Amino acid sequence: MPEFTMVDAVGAALAHEMARDPRVVVLGEDVGAVGGVFRATDGLLERFGPDRVIDTPLAEGLIAGMAIGMAAEGLRPVAEIQFTGFLMPALDQLANHASRLRNRTRGRLTCPMVLRSPCSGGIGALEHHSESPEAMLAHVPGLSVVVPSTPADAYRLLLAAIRDPDPVVVLEPTVLYRATREEFDDDGVDAPLGRAVLRRMGDRLTLVGWGSVMPALIASADELALEGVLADVLDMRSVAPLDREALLESVGRTGRCVIVHEAPLTAGFGAEIAAILADRGVWSLLAPIRRVCGYDTVMPLARLERSYIPDAERVLHASREVLSYS
Amino acid sequence: MSEPPTAGWKVDESRGHDHAGVHVGFGSGEVVARFEVRRQRALDADGSPVGDDVDEPREVLQALYRGMVRARTLDARAVALQRTGRLGTYASCLGQEAVGVGAASAMEPDDVLVPSFREHAAQLWRGVTPLEFLLYWGGDERGSDFAVPRGDFPICLPIASHAPHAVGVGLAMRLRGEPRVAVCVLGDGATSKGDFAEAVNAAGAMSAHVLFLVVDNGWAISLPRARQTAAGTLAQKAIAAGIPGVQVDGNDVIAVRRVVLQALEGIRQGQGPALVEALTYRLADHTTADDARRYRDDAQVRAAWGREPVHRLRAFLAARGWWSDADEAAVLSACRDEVDGAAQEYLDTPAQPPEAMFDHLVARPSASLTAQREAVGGEGNDA
Ligand SMILES: Cc1ncc(C[n+]2csc(CCOP(=O)(O)OP(=O)(O)O)c2C)c(N)n1
Ligand SMILES: [Mg+2]
Repeated sequence: MPEFTMVDAVGAALAHEMARDPRVVVLGEDVGAVGGVFRATDGLLERFGPDRVIDTPLAEGLIAGMAIGMAAEGLRPVAEIQFTGFLMPALDQLANHASRLRNRTRGRLTCPMVLRSPCSGGIGALEHHSESPEAMLAHVPGLSVVVPSTPADAYRLLLAAIRDPDPVVVLEPTVLYRATREEFDDDGVDAPLGRAVLRRMGDRLTLVGWGSVMPALIASADELALEGVLADVLDMRSVAPLDREALLESVGRTGRCVIVHEAPLTAGFGAEIAAILADRGVWSLLAPIRRVCGYDTVMPLARLERSYIPDAERVLHASREVLSYS
Repeated sequence: MSEPPTAGWKVDESRGHDHAGVHVGFGSGEVVARFEVRRQRALDADGSPVGDDVDEPREVLQALYRGMVRARTLDARAVALQRTGRLGTYASCLGQEAVGVGAASAMEPDDVLVPSFREHAAQLWRGVTPLEFLLYWGGDERGSDFAVPRGDFPICLPIASHAPHAVGVGLAMRLRGEPRVAVCVLGDGATSKGDFAEAVNAAGAMSAHVLFLVVDNGWAISLPRARQTAAGTLAQKAIAAGIPGVQVDGNDVIAVRRVVLQALEGIRQGQGPALVEALTYRLADHTTADDARRYRDDAQVRAAWGREPVHRLRAFLAARGWWSDADEAAVLSACRDEVDGAAQEYLDTPAQPPEAMFDHLVARPSASLTAQREAVGGEGNDA
């Protein structure tokens, strides 16, 4: 079985779907000859030609807006925004058009587009290159927001995103692009959007997260296991739609929950998860819900990045606190 | 000094290719608008004067030369620091020194530079220190707290998003009746963004005190200038917005300085904004994270080295008898000493404490922020 890094997996999913479905086109800045700044689209230009691998002028509002037009016209555009910091001009198009076209036209015109963007910190990147805007995007009704944390998920969720009849944003954590390799078949099988997956099974505590923080969650669970405390590690994989059932099922068993994300605490997506637990899971809670998140500050530049990003130490601290309630 | 008009249709295939194909309209109609774009230069690629005599004083020209060498020396050190893991991803300005030095040397201290991210040469000339510069690119926010050009904007990475800021700055200057100007520097790629079109348009409509300096270095990462826009020149985008646009040889520091000086004078007097398109070439990779061999020919880069700005001015100065080998050695060693000192000071500067990320977020932090600030040094959990 072939082995893939996350960035290879993204490229493999794109190539697979472009070969299978002639409607699929890739567009964005530097996606052609250079293969994307992270090389996610490497080799696609050679294989599929410049009509299906389109280098656009430098304009993110344009990229998102053009993708809407292409999608409405029957193509399956997969647009790349080079970093989430540069996704903001595209927000107008996503919030005012992509997510609404179906609704506004009562289903006459639709918008099956994908917008991929490398996200989050941890690689000492430049200013505006390390943001985690999933909550901002999830707040747009009609938009799906997916954040893979493994190579296989990046492959299978991207396939599902391309095949989805509505707009999907896929945020790809740069810190995980080349962090691990995983074996899987390039078989074109997708994984449904909106399904969480358990990375570790336990009974005392649920650690919930997605994307860039998953390695810290798994490391924390493994550390706790050495102390005889088994934790569920729930990778939500998609924040919109959100797998409420998996969340309530897990916390229903463990009674304790620590929510972890890299985006700022306030109005982060963890707040939604905590609200769901307070609303529908409150009777199974044995302890307060804790959130371990980025601070309510600007994402610091490289030298302080480590102090900002939630790590296993902070997750463990919150976990022990939650476990102290019996 | 000026050459014959060069732009209109299809003059420079490497830059753009205005579509003149489809005939729109019926009959011949009447002509209601025409435009032309002029390109200016003072020296040719070998440093020989073209057109008018070069009458800038010797000290001025020598200072321009030193400014370019200083920028190049620091730039090379930044690349070396990155290569050895001691600086973050870095965008080199190699080959573009004349644009920065020429423009900055034409500005007054109380003008405001609103730069993109490759204007190291201009920033240094304006008084940003090599230490500040290294701190910023090394991932330390203190690098944007300039001790000298206090009113200058920090580097802008989200392409073209600073162009509206410059309009706001320039409008404030106009509203207060001040003879100051905001100089907004951006790349060829930046001219494709809405922010740029919005800014140029608004500057014209509102007579803001702005000069747009478009640095056409041939590339926006891997996208060549000719594929960025069909427009034959970028200067004509200004004309479309109703403000003057001119091209200048961006590897000719004398020409850049002259054109910018003249434009700034008019803007100060309230004659409205202007745009200068400086033609240069990005001799380096896009950043240290890029490998330009993936998308451009070495031959193109080699040819561009034949037009680079530092050699050009040195050749001119030497021909006038205004530059000796001893002068050259002295400048190189002075720049090296300065950069050595700054690099050492940078490496010796400890990171800010983690709490620093809270310290300049807002003037009046909320209770929640204060609590988070207290937690950050310890276990870091507040919620
Ligand atoms: C809004 C935005 N989109 C994408 C990027 C990533 N990016 C950084 S530089 C660059 C190309 C810029 O080209 P140009 O304006 O010509 O400036 P140059 O790099 O040539 O100095 C791109 C696409 C960015 N910084 N900002
Ligand atoms: Mg450029």
